[in-house]
Amino acid sequence: MNWPLLAFMTVLILLGCKPEEKPLPILSKKEEVNGEMVYQQIPDFAFIGQDSNRVSNATFAGKAYVADFFFTSCPTICPVMTRNMLKIYERFQDSAELLLLSHTIDPKRDSVGRLAQYARNLGVRSGKWFFVTGDKDEIYAIADDYFNVVIEDPTLPDGFDHSGRFVLVDPQRHIRAYCQGTDSVAVKKFMEDIETLLDEI
Amino acid sequence: MRSKLILFLFSAALTLVNCERKPYRQGEILYQNFCANCHMDDGSGLAGNIPPLAQADYVRQNQERLACIIRYGIEEEIVVNGKAYSNPMAAIPELSEFEIANIINYINQAWGNDYGYVPVKEIRKSLEECKK
Repeated sequence: MNWPLLAFMTVLILLGCKPEEKPLPILSKKEEVNGEMVYQQIPDFAFIGQDSNRVSNATFAGKAYVADFFFTSCPTICPVMTRNMLKIYERFQDSAELLLLSHTIDPKRDSVGRLAQYARNLGVRSGKWFFVTGDKDEIYAIADDYFNVVIEDPTLPDGFDHSGRFVLVDPQRHIRAYCQGTDSVAVKKFMEDIETLLDEI
Repeated sequence: MRSKLILFLFSAALTLVNCERKPYRQGEILYQNFCANCHMDDGSGLAGNIPPLAQADYVRQNQERLACIIRYGIEEEIVVNGKAYSNPMAAIPELSEFEIANIINYINQAWGNDYGYVPVKEIRKSLEECKK
């Protein structure tokens, strides 16, 4: 019997075993509150959804959600983002703990009616995937809290400079994962992160 | 004799290699740069909001309109495979008629489409017509 080899193989096999799934880290920035460093939370918000209903932080209480920023007439990155959001929607259609929230960054053109039409065309349920519009400055400000950049820039073909990140927020309003919404490989990995978070809540 | 045989074999090999290559390579690159953001790499469009180009009756039946839509965009609602699409498409004025021809011929043969070949002459004619 070749004992060293056997021992080596055993170690290898043990190492090869899948380790326990690690919880997702908290990615939110820290801030000082009363002399203590705490993770920033997504601040309170109130927008209008595709059914003309109020969509606020209360809508997402106790749930995890994926947030992104887009606009319906966007000729650049948004259609691919929406297609990837649709994949997330389809995979987690039956998970009541996960919601989706898409903010328009073009509230001037994206009226509630237009968002409703867009959602209807996609064939998605309005209690699951919220398309919201509202005050432009408020939307642009909260984009920053979701690790997204939104700047109006008329020199660009889009009229906007915007990053297409999908951001995963937990029930404590902390960011737990994000990915580039146009990258289908990254989105696949992101969906695994969603699974991990859902196991936790 | 021998060198002729080698030349023959060489040409035959070249022909075979060329046949293996995808047609309308330039059209494919242009498509990816100007069209794929919305109509997607596989021509499937975006569920209900952006019409498909793959296996699309509208593309097959409206060949003479395609060049005009690419150059001038489209505002009106169209019906593709029985579904209405009303989101406008922006114009792409920077494409030459040759580039438009390459894109259309790529679309016509991509993703299992078999919608024929459109010569540049026809594209030019279509573009003249829709200018009016």
